[in-house]
Formats: sequence, C-alpha cells, structure tokens
Amino acid sequence: MVDTDVRLGLSGSDLAIRDRQFKADVARADESNLTPDASAEFRALVEAGLGDEIVVAKRFRGQDFLICHKGRIVDILTVMRDHPECQYNLISDILGLDLLGFEKEPRFEVVYSLYSIPLNQRIVIKAQVDEDDPTIDTASGVWEGAEWPEREIYDLFGISFNGHRDLRRIMMPDDWTGHPLRKDYPLGGEEVEFSHNVRDKTSTPPA
Amino acid sequence: MSVTQLATTSSPSGLTRTREIPGGIELERILDPETEQETMTINLGPQHPSTHGVLRLVLELNGETVVRCTPHIGYLHTGIEKTMENLSYYKALVLTDREDYLSNLCNNLAYCLAVEKLMQVEIPKKGQYMRVLLNELERIASHLLWLGTHALDIGAMSVFFYCWQDRDRVLEIKEHLSGVRTKTSWICPGGLRGDAPMGWMARVKEFIEYFPARIEMYETLLTNNPIWIERTRGVGVISVEDAIAFGMTGPSLRACGVNLDLRKAQPYSSYEEFDFDVAVGQHCDVYDRYRVRMEEFRQSLRICQQAWDKITAMGPKAPVRSADRKITPPPREELDTSMEALIHHFKLFTEGFHPPVGDAIGAVEGPRGEKAYYVVSDGSNKPYRARIKGPSLYNLQALPRMVEGRMVADTVAVIGSIDIVLGDIDR
Repeated sequence: MVDTDVRLGLSGSDLAIRDRQFKADVARADESNLTPDASAEFRALVEAGLGDEIVVAKRFRGQDFLICHKGRIVDILTVMRDHPECQYNLISDILGLDLLGFEKEPRFEVVYSLYSIPLNQRIVIKAQVDEDDPTIDTASGVWEGAEWPEREIYDLFGISFNGHRDLRRIMMPDDWTGHPLRKDYPLGGEEVEFSHNVRDKTSTPPA
Repeated sequence: MSVTQLATTSSPSGLTRTREIPGGIELERILDPETEQETMTINLGPQHPSTHGVLRLVLELNGETVVRCTPHIGYLHTGIEKTMENLSYYKALVLTDREDYLSNLCNNLAYCLAVEKLMQVEIPKKGQYMRVLLNELERIASHLLWLGTHALDIGAMSVFFYCWQDRDRVLEIKEHLSGVRTKTSWICPGGLRGDAPMGWMARVKEFIEYFPARIEMYETLLTNNPIWIERTRGVGVISVEDAIAFGMTGPSLRACGVNLDLRKAQPYSSYEEFDFDVAVGQHCDVYDRYRVRMEEFRQSLRICQQAWDKITAMGPKAPVRSADRKITPPPREELDTSMEALIHHFKLFTEGFHPPVGDAIGAVEGPRGEKAYYVVSDGSNKPYRARIKGPSLYNLQALPRMVEGRMVADTVAVIGSIDIVLGDIDR
C-alpha cells in the first residue's frame, strides 16, 4: 500500500481527494435500483396495489431500501408484516431522519427497519414527511412496539403521529421547547455560568 | 411530585373523586373501573435500587395488586446521538462505550460493523476472532452483573458477592488488554486498537478453565432453590405474540421459545465458524429467562475456548486490523521511515475518513438483545446521523403487559428479569 502511493508521487491531500472519488465511484457501482422482479417486497406491494406509493427502491451494500410516500404507510407496513413472502413480524427499530444537510425535499424521513424472524431477512422502509406538514400515521396498530420509538421521534424531531394512543415527550422534559435532533437545533444550548455573567445569565433553551 | 399531581396525571380511567382530608389538602382518589374500589398511586423510582438505574414507574395499586403500570424514562438522556453527529467517525466511537455501559465491546462492534459496511473494509481473520472473544467475555460480564443484582432484588444476597468477584476477573482481563476496566473502545473501525499484550491469552485461558465450576455453584445456589422457584416461576408471563409485537429481542424473547439469535441467524465477524447452541425457554416467565441466561454462560465459554484456540493457532504475528491506511493508523515503527505513513497517521487523526454517501445498519447480538447502529453518511468525516437501537427500550415497553394484574413484589422480579440498562434506553 505504502509503496504504491510513493510511486504515484501524490501528496496527502491529493490522496484524500482521489480516495474520496474512488469511494464515491465504488458506492455508485454498488448501488442499484430494485425492480419488482428482483425484490419480493416490491412485488408484494405492487400486487396489493401500492406500487405507485414507492418513490425509490434501491439496494445498497446488500441492504434493501424502499422509499415511499407517507399517505398509505400503514397499508404498506401491514403488507410487509402479513404477506407470505415478507413476514416482517419484528420491528427492529423506527428512527427519524432530518435531511436538511442533503438539501433534499421533503425534509424528513421516518425510517422503519424491519426484520423477519421466519424468513431471516431485513428491509428498510422510509416514509417521506414534509416540513410544512410534519405528520404521519402511526404504526403502533401494526406493531405494538412502535409506540415508544414514535414518541421519541415526536420528541426529538417534532413529527407527530396520527392516531397514536399516548403521544407525549419521552426523553426531554414535558415543558421543553424545540426538537433536539433536528439539524437546525444547536449543539450547545445553555450559557455556562461564571462569576462575571451570573446576573444576566438566561437559561432559556434555544427555540 | 405531590400525591395530588400524580393522581391527576395518571388516571386514564377518568374515574376520580375529590375528598377533603383534615388539614385542608384535597386528595384525588382514583377508582378502579372494574371493582369500583379506591386505588393508590405510588412512585417506584427513579432513585430506587431495584429499578436498575433511573427508571421511574408509576404504579396504580389496588391493595397489593398492580392495576396499571406507567414507565417514565428519559432521566439519563444525554443526547449521545446528537453528540455523535458532531464528532468524526473515530471520535464518535468512544461514545458507543458510554450508552449501554454494561456491554461496551458489543456496542463498539455494532458501530464498527456499520462503518465498515460503508467503507467496505475487510478485517483480518485474527481480528475477527479477537472481536468474538471480547464480545463473549463482555456477555459473561454483563450476565454476571445481571445475575447478581437480579438475585439481590429477589432476596438472595450472597449470589451478588460471588458474581461481583467473578465480574471483576473479566474486568481485570479487559484492564490487562487496554488499561481500562470497562470503556475500552478496543474494537475500532478497521479492526482492533492493538494485539493482545504478553500474558493476556494465558489469563483468558485461566478464566475459561476457572469459570465452569462457578456456573455450577450459581446453579446450586438458585436453580433448585424452592424460594427462588416460588418467586420466579409463572411470574412475568408474556405471550409469544405479544413479545414479538413489542419488538423484544435477546434472552427475554428466547425465553418465550423464539429461536432468534443474530449470531446464528445473521452471522457477523465469523460467528458462523463457531460451534455453539442457542438456549431457548418455553414458559415465557422470569424463571425461564434466568435459565436461558445461565445456559448462555456455558455457550459463551464454549465460543471463548474456540476463539482462544483459533487465535493461538494463528500466532502473534498475524494482523488484527486492516492494512487499509485510510481507516487504520500505520504501525508505530513505520512512522520513523515512511513519509506516507506519517501523512496517513496525521490525516486519520485530524480529519478522519470519508465514507461514501449512504445508509448502513450494523447489528450484533448483545447481552440484552439486538444492538443495532443505523449510520447515515453524507460523504463527510462525521456521521450525518447515528441512531442507536437499544434492545432495552423495546424490552421495557412490554413491562406493563407483564406486571399488570400481579403483585407489587413481582414487579421487581420482572424488572430484573428483562435486564434493562437505562443508558441503553435513554442514550
């Protein structure tokens, strides 16, 4: 490795740029679009008449991703759970994503990472959520375990879930303002108290 | 929080009655919707030793029976996910030790698997076996802590002292390896921070030979103990369907008879080369969760022994980390002779590395269940988003289903049996 680099005579930063371009090329080569023929999950959704809901279907590093509209997300998840070729009966995780840094529309994604115990396979379903209307239907009717992670997304991202039984903040205090995992929420919030600023210290959390 | 506030905030039944008591304070009494009897609301935690950290349960009691249980979490929320977004991949690693503070090396591995999937790095075989060995030692240490505290909660005091003694041996092994007792960060993207120091393998061997007799001793103390059986058998039962619907994983799910172990189902780090069995229960109760974990001690030791043999056969010269200089630092001796090595070293520790744009999941079977990291890269040197899936969060969610309708004293046994770590829940 070291010898090769010396022969090319590249400096450190050139190496980094070359490396980045190389990695990006590899990533593009590794990423492929899924078709209903190649993906049983995609096929199941098309069969159920939900094919139009899918925006992007791709495979990256051996992982399948289905990005879809949020409108019929509960139907999509129910198909994923019940279809004999899917059987995603275990909710591995639900998480929020704020894509502000990617400058993409819509801004938010709710990501359902699913695992099938009988078929031993994984899939990631992403539902797109607008910044103007940060709501989505709850998945707690499909898996009871979705309740707390959805509360967490509500708390930390400010996306609310229609039909949720008990939508309250879960990590932050009840009277907290703002949603800390949003990308426009600053990392440091409170001013540190010293003797010179003890009087005018305001401990209001950032909005 | 005063009793009045508690009563109003936690009465979803809506059946309340205000009563004047001497002194002019008004107390709201909650009526059990079925029996029309008065219930009492008590606070278990957050500073209660048997809740294993800062878990707070609001229990609505009718006599000694739990009518409703509402867990409140978040007391240990430290924003680890937010902090990780602002550190380079290498620096964010140390935070993974600190979320679930009893399974540090398993967390390291889950994070590294996700990052390595993005970077497409291959780890040398010896590094993979070392990761397996460390993970299994971590599982033993974590289960020992669980066994000690769980037995202490139920009233068997002496088990706690023995477990602590043995856990300390594992911590000493980790200290010998890295200089740190718990939060080693020894598993890092690209492999391990370093090879085993002199005498370390002998020490591991010593532990592998020492521990089976101790497992037998724990079993004689508890397994057939009538008091232990009385306190645990048939307690905290949850149906298989409910357990799956709640997303429970790990020993708590396997005690329900579901054979889900990611080490077998989706092998990582060469687990497919190891010969071991998955312990599965059938009664879905506290006792079966205990039996499953006791069996996991033995299976972990089997894996440790095999890993030890494989590592010893490979010799001390075999590499434990990838030769890709973009993700692992060059050996110290190269820095004196090679300009490129110096540049790589400098770039790695100042700027870090840039995984390509994309998402990756790294999942391992931790001591408590499926520990998964969901890492999103935007092509920069910091994770755009690093989500930590804590198995304890999903296991704790099922707690009300397991304790409602049972006695208060059982609640403590059930909390112990699902082996929650609040750092894992609140992050």
